[in-house]
Amino acid sequence: MANAAPTLAAPAGAADAKLHRIAFAVMAVAVALAPFAFYPVFLMKAMCFALFACAFNLLLGFGGLLSFGHAMFFGGAGYFCAHAAKVWGLTPELAILAGAGAAALVGSVTGLLAIRRQGIYFAMITLALAQMIYFFAVQAQWFTGGEDGIQGVPRGKLFGLVDLSHMPAMYSVVAVIFLGGFLLIYRIIHSPFGQVLKAIREHEPRAVSLGYDTDYYKLLAFVLSATLAGVAGATKALVFQLASLTDVHWTMSGEVVLIALLGGVGTVFGPVVGALIIVTMQDYFSQLGAGVTIAQGVVFVICVLAFRRGIVGELSRVLKRSL
Amino acid sequence: MFKRSVFVAAYLALSAGAAHAEFSGGVIKIGVLTDLSGTYSDISGQGSVIATQMAVEDFGAAKKGMKVEIISADHQNKGDVASSIARQWYDRDGVDAIVDLVTSSTALAVNQVAKEKNKVALVSGAASSDLTGKDCTPNTIHWAYDTWMLANGTGSAIVKTGGKTWYFITADYAFGHALERDTTAAVEKAGGKVLGSVRHPFPSSDFSSFLLQAQASKAQIIGLANAGADTTNAIKQGAEFGITRGGQNFAGLLVFITDVHALGLNTAQGLIVTTSFYWDLNDQTRAWSKRFFEKHKRMPTMVQAGVYSSVLHYLKAVEKLKADQDGAKVIAQMKAMPTDDPLFGKGRVRQDGRKIHPAYLVEVKKPAESKAPWDYYKIRTTIPADQAFRPEKEGGCPLVK
Repeated sequence: MANAAPTLAAPAGAADAKLHRIAFAVMAVAVALAPFAFYPVFLMKAMCFALFACAFNLLLGFGGLLSFGHAMFFGGAGYFCAHAAKVWGLTPELAILAGAGAAALVGSVTGLLAIRRQGIYFAMITLALAQMIYFFAVQAQWFTGGEDGIQGVPRGKLFGLVDLSHMPAMYSVVAVIFLGGFLLIYRIIHSPFGQVLKAIREHEPRAVSLGYDTDYYKLLAFVLSATLAGVAGATKALVFQLASLTDVHWTMSGEVVLIALLGGVGTVFGPVVGALIIVTMQDYFSQLGAGVTIAQGVVFVICVLAFRRGIVGELSRVLKRSL
Repeated sequence: MFKRSVFVAAYLALSAGAAHAEFSGGVIKIGVLTDLSGTYSDISGQGSVIATQMAVEDFGAAKKGMKVEIISADHQNKGDVASSIARQWYDRDGVDAIVDLVTSSTALAVNQVAKEKNKVALVSGAASSDLTGKDCTPNTIHWAYDTWMLANGTGSAIVKTGGKTWYFITADYAFGHALERDTTAAVEKAGGKVLGSVRHPFPSSDFSSFLLQAQASKAQIIGLANAGADTTNAIKQGAEFGITRGGQNFAGLLVFITDVHALGLNTAQGLIVTTSFYWDLNDQTRAWSKRFFEKHKRMPTMVQAGVYSSVLHYLKAVEKLKADQDGAKVIAQMKAMPTDDPLFGKGRVRQDGRKIHPAYLVEVKKPAESKAPWDYYKIRTTIPADQAFRPEKEGGCPLVK
């Protein structure tokens, strides 16, 4: 899987950077205008998944590491955030930070264990650890509410001032978190750190021979990815006022792989496009019963057969620009 | 993001005059939120949609000049999906009441949303007795059955009919633990004895070692504190071990008639189950179930019967109030009026949101005793309505003063 990441030409040149700025501006305007046309809760869900997929893509697309356990960060942070908001009575920003912190902690431990191996073994170790978190969530009813999850999480008041039970306030917070997270990831990718990461992805022994401590870079990428996935999961818990087993189940880890592949692994905007498509499908097809999973499967098959670089990946190839 | 629903059944009023303007959007909209694709689609699913349609027909909405629309969606047994659909339905699509809600996590999620938006949730599919306990709200009624009814009914009634010694095979998660705990309490209160229990991982496909321990315990009753595929797997493998032929009986704590149908009488015979509805109870249930069968090609489960009954009562309350906007008011009206329908007979809804009706302890027939398709149960005892459910004061519902 590691070499499925498209090898894009050279670091983003000035022209690419300009293109990215325009694309980002378009995205920001779309985020600001969309709630007038679409249902805000749906948009917030899409943004949470988009950030989750971007965080995942940071690891797979730029670090070449396929994690199959990202649900543990996403869902685990959701539980932490929900518990912090409901039981400890923290304000929403602190609850989200608590969730992200928990994800960072779990990410450091998992990362330390997992980065010692590559490819399928790396994926299996992350999956195994994620399953442990899942079964902890099933059993630890005092913390996670077992199979009922944590229900009725209060959204609270941001900084003790802004009441998030109002839709526009909540939407703005989610939009800021999503756009901020996206910019952070963009910065990481295009920093010297990001360049080293790409070097490791392309040829690890060469990076070692150049004197880079690759384990250190991989661990840092892993923890960053886990933390940002945690931010996404914690935000989602506040949006839906619910943290449940769905988010820590291994199918969630699979879903984020699907989103990233569909949008384009190793592209900047791909995960956002992928998340939008998958979340829209889940919402539109929920009346068709089994249709949801079948449609997702069909889309996945088409994607693998027809455009292996993903939607944005193919677009970027056609335009000969990195996106 | 919903297209106008796929499963829309619109019952048009003969005259859409100003007289009906009190219904929000001029129409009473009922959303059936259920499992259309997964494990629980047999016990609820499409059958619940049909039950809702039948309730609207039987109520005679069209004749009374009330316009009722039904939409449905699949919550995939996920709490967050259920919560987002419910928000959307209440916020944007003008849904006034959500019914069915199979699996507890989805019901508890929608329970909160209904309260927040002051709409109506009528739960039939979910089991958790917390819905009328610590999580009760003025906007939810729990209709068909709950975990307390199952545990108590099965536990105490079996002891009274002679099953004194018990052994539990329990799914190792909160739901299984709760069932085991509640049933144990009921068994011991009735003078029975629990010899032991074993916990299996959830979900599990190989029950042989658990079954051997249960067999070796020599308990008269083996209680299955699990659900769905775990229960049916345990029963199937138990039949291979000859457990029922050896004189022991299985007691399923959460078994529906569709599970028995899937298992077949050969495997399921002797299984003891508590249910709040059986199609072959009396002339009225038989007549209704026959109509249901013609549409769905399966007999109704207690969940589907509950959906029918709850929608019927809801429409009666809305008719009386002539308004549907204020969810808490409609629920208060439903609590004020006694219930009466062909499936559960006369009953009432308590302050904590618990619908009260009798429950039945039934035993699955031997193949030789079954005279017709779906002739599966013989009634061992009827648990009267006032004993079938948890006493109102013990639930800890804040609405009960």
